[in-house]
Amino acid sequence: MPEATLLANPVKKQIRIALRNCGVINPETIDEYIGKDGYFALGKVLTGLTPAEAIKVIKDSGIRGRGGAGFPTGLKWEFASKNNSDQKYVVCNADEGDPGAFMDRSILEGDPHSVLEAMALCGYCIGANTGYIYIRAEYPLAIERLKIAISQAREYGFLGNSVFGTGFDFDIHLKYGAGAFVCGEETSLIHSMEGLRGEPTLKPPFPAESGYLGKPTNVNNVETYANIPVIFLKGAAWFSGIGTEKSKGTKVFALAGKVNNVGLIEVPMGVTLREVIYEIGGGIRDGKAFKAVQTGGPSGGCLTEKDLDIPIDYENLIACGSMMGSGGMIVMDEDDCMVSIAKFFLDFSVEESCGKCSPCRIGNKRLYELLERICTGKGEMKDIDRLRNLSEVIKDTSLCGLGQSSPNPVLSTLDNFYHEYISHVEDKKCTAGVCRDLMEYFIVEDNCVGCTACARACPVGAITGERKEIHLINLEICIKCGACMEKCKFDAVILK
Amino acid sequence: MNLVKLTIDGKKVEVPAGTTIYKAAKELGIDIPILCYMDLKDLNIENKPGGCRICSVEVEGRKNLAPSCSTDVAEGMEVRTNTMRVINARRTVMELIISDHPKDCLSCAKSGSCDLQDMAIRLGIREIPGQEYAEMSTYRLDTSPSIIRDLDKCIMCRRCETMCNDFQTVGALHAVNRGFQAVVAPAFEMNLEHSPCTYCGQCVAVCPTGALTEVDHTGKVIAALNDPSKTVVVQTAPAVRAALGEEFGMKAGTLVTGKMVTALRQLGFDYVFDTDFAADLTIMEEGAELLGRLTRFLEGDKDVKLPILTSCCPGWVNFFEYNFPEMKEIPSTARSPQQMFGSIAKSYFAEKIEIDRKDMVVVSIMPCLAKKYECQREEFMVDGNPDVDISISTRELAHLIKQANLDLVRMDEEDFDKPMGESSGAGVIFGVTGGVIEAATRTAYEIYTGKSLEKVDFEQLRGVDGIRSASVDFDGQEINIGIAHGLRNARKLLEEIKEGKSHYHAIEIMACPGGCIGGGGQPLHHGDASILKARTKAIYEEDRNKPIRKSHENPYIKKLYEEFLGEPLSEKAHELLHTHYFDKRKKIFQV
Ligand SMILES: Cc1cc2nc3c(=O)[nH]c(=O)nc-3n(C[C@H](O)[C@H](O)[C@H](O)COP(=O)(O)O)c2cc1C
Ligand code: SF4
Ligand code: SF4
Repeated sequence: MPEATLLANPVKKQIRIALRNCGVINPETIDEYIGKDGYFALGKVLTGLTPAEAIKVIKDSGIRGRGGAGFPTGLKWEFASKNNSDQKYVVCNADEGDPGAFMDRSILEGDPHSVLEAMALCGYCIGANTGYIYIRAEYPLAIERLKIAISQAREYGFLGNSVFGTGFDFDIHLKYGAGAFVCGEETSLIHSMEGLRGEPTLKPPFPAESGYLGKPTNVNNVETYANIPVIFLKGAAWFSGIGTEKSKGTKVFALAGKVNNVGLIEVPMGVTLREVIYEIGGGIRDGKAFKAVQTGGPSGGCLTEKDLDIPIDYENLIACGSMMGSGGMIVMDEDDCMVSIAKFFLDFSVEESCGKCSPCRIGNKRLYELLERICTGKGEMKDIDRLRNLSEVIKDTSLCGLGQSSPNPVLSTLDNFYHEYISHVEDKKCTAGVCRDLMEYFIVEDNCVGCTACARACPVGAITGERKEIHLINLEICIKCGACMEKCKFDAVILK
Repeated sequence: MNLVKLTIDGKKVEVPAGTTIYKAAKELGIDIPILCYMDLKDLNIENKPGGCRICSVEVEGRKNLAPSCSTDVAEGMEVRTNTMRVINARRTVMELIISDHPKDCLSCAKSGSCDLQDMAIRLGIREIPGQEYAEMSTYRLDTSPSIIRDLDKCIMCRRCETMCNDFQTVGALHAVNRGFQAVVAPAFEMNLEHSPCTYCGQCVAVCPTGALTEVDHTGKVIAALNDPSKTVVVQTAPAVRAALGEEFGMKAGTLVTGKMVTALRQLGFDYVFDTDFAADLTIMEEGAELLGRLTRFLEGDKDVKLPILTSCCPGWVNFFEYNFPEMKEIPSTARSPQQMFGSIAKSYFAEKIEIDRKDMVVVSIMPCLAKKYECQREEFMVDGNPDVDISISTRELAHLIKQANLDLVRMDEEDFDKPMGESSGAGVIFGVTGGVIEAATRTAYEIYTGKSLEKVDFEQLRGVDGIRSASVDFDGQEINIGIAHGLRNARKLLEEIKEGKSHYHAIEIMACPGGCIGGGGQPLHHGDASILKARTKAIYEEDRNKPIRKSHENPYIKKLYEEFLGEPLSEKAHELLHTHYFDKRKKIFQV
């Protein structure tokens, strides 16, 4: 796993709210957090606001969940606060299952107290005195830092009995996940916390009504929580001044792929993909041409040139066939085959489906098989129709967010790169030169010196040619093992 | 009640809040197809994972389709169950399910009574696009003494899991693995034999496909009937006669006792006997044990184990051997009627007809799959020769009858053979929950009080509630009786005993819903609880029609004691009719 690096700051267009303290303070020293106004928000709210007033601040700020769905956080807290119960819970979703996403880990490693403070604030607002952080066991450093932070916060009286002497009790415990992607889905997460199989159940009931152990439970993402203390300190108006009409504040993305600068970035909602890729990311590597950008993790869609100037927010990304997800952002260039890309993401969904509902369990597997056929030259035109129909039905009928979005990479590439599918199926060609089965080995006359190395290397005797004369590959015999290409010292063997 | 108005396919309907779309549509006569969903209303068993997605419908204003089995109605909702979008989705999902399902319908145990097959017919499935290159999920075949698991056929409906966990609290089956390889299996994908499975067969009773089926012994029965050196004796359990007709298209609850006897005779069994006879015998032994313990208790004996628990259900016996072995002294030591029958047939009756027990084959027809396991227990063998050789289910008997071109519906009615075919009404009601204890009460009362019962029907012991309790006045002595069906309920009563909170003198326990009439070997109810009700009614009807209603008045039972056993709990009775139990906790998960 890569060390959680942040892209150099300050970089143009970036505003740090969630990541404000990451790399700035020593996360193992509570005093440094306090030095950055840490736990001031908690003190201020506990002593100055009623729970209802505090919830109103969060509602007015316009902040929405950063875990994927973008549900308004204030509204969620209000639901949980209105459900009467002797016991309620605050849960922090730190399952972070998207491959390539590491923003939650960075926050937990770099600024654990911000999450603890936010959870205590949430507990006060909804009337809960117990919090759980569900964190994947593969994050040992984050776990270590959280443990240190929790014990320091208890020592300072920010957690435990009568926080700030107000009579409000709140404590936080850790629960470890085994790393299944679907355990990040909130109902699965709760089942997993209860020791049951981590698989989703239908909503309603929402966790706010019936969550952990059947009690009202507020589940938020790490990044969502990390924003909360700042909102209370700087005010709802300040926060809602950042971003677009419906998406406020900033979002952390894990920028990856074929751009010059990769890493975590935090940008205000409303910047464009072009600004992210070219200004923050420094443009495409090696002077290649931009082809697509995939947002939203494994089940996001692939967007193209035409989408680059759309301001990034929840609604816009969905409107153009992708989603915010947890903030994955992978840039692709001319060397990427979009059918292979779709297959790559599908592979993840096939592996991570929990298997509970038939469209996701079997459908994703069938989608994968179809893509595999197309990539190996066995595809037929009717397979493309099947891909589309199957994708739409899986989205339409799956039980949880995984299956409801897993076909996005297929649908978006079908929409935006239909010609690539056609060339794979009709012409049996992969123009990006990725699908090996669709390519053939050739000897470039100009480069060949007739050294015979290739002919000697070929295990099936497909290469003919006299010493010092141009050699030739008989494509009927060639088994595409690539031995000739490896042996040629003159770059005379090419794939195309 | 809070009513909600909505429209479904353009028709208006008003239903109580909290009703699902599926049920609201039913009110309008719209039958939305379902596959994984199952609702056994009176028994409080509902399987609602929302997993198959076959019941998806379109709801105005909702972005994706809604699973109608688990989506509640809302005021003003507009639902469409048959748009092209819905029909295409349903069909596509069905094609997906079939694409990962073996196509050996012709030789599948469930062929003809498979919910998946029915759905394929209903949706008019003709071909599975891409089947040629579709990978199938495959699993190791698991055969146990009672049940075969062929999980290649599992569609993840989770019904078995609901029965095993929620209804039985046995916990032998759970979903395991992820994605395409997800399936329902014992922990660590062990075989059923190494799990806490009780062989109650409730998973088999609800499995919509051929994934869970009984071990089929009809071939063995045919071989025995074909062997001229063997005398083949058959016994039929009480619940079989109340359900067998269903396999031949007769209405649930039709009694086919006489027709079944004729069919068995025509199949070639040498003696057609009745397990009810052995049920009467059970009452003699268990009743004597109850009275013995009760008397000692009333005389102040502190060591006496009360309540006494019935022991005629082998699924239940397995359950306590796994889960409450420390209490294995509490249940009655009386063997189940099946085993009492086998034991007497191969001793008393074999002597009477002057054959060696090794030349006799005892076949039992049972509503139950645990009986297959039970008759293979070592305690029930003499020199390796089992008291009951082959146990087949009601369903298997139906197959035998069909194979022999016998038309059960138009069959004449004949009587069981004597002596082991004679029984009282008390023996018959063994087939329903509460029946064993009612039968025991009829006899124990008369023996204890020395008076004759004015009314033999103990209505207070009947019903469908999972746990029932009643007290019966034994001439001034109150006898507290508990009844449980379903092992979750049994567990509750056992926990009470363990905590010393039980106030019962006697408890009857049956593993299956409704008792044996809902056994794992019965014709499939396909989720229709009214079928179980109808069978219960039939059993009580048979009881009423019997000239003799009390076990101790069965003349052939009296004769058996006079000629052979002496008296209940005699040494001989102990040897032939009683057993002991084992601590099986350690056996679980030992490969
Ligand atoms: C398949 C799947 C995986 C998810 N994984 C995560 C995750 O790793 N972390 C997370 O915070 N939310 C995840 N979610 C979203 C959660 O269900 C939930 O919406 C979120 O935790 C709510 O917090 P928020 O409102 O702060 O975003 C996932 C959802 C789905 C459907
Ligand atoms: S959509 Fe996929 S992950 Fe979600 S419940 Fe269905 S099978 Fe499980
Ligand atoms: S084994 Fe049968 S009952 Fe159990 S989940 Fe599979 S198909 Fe359903």
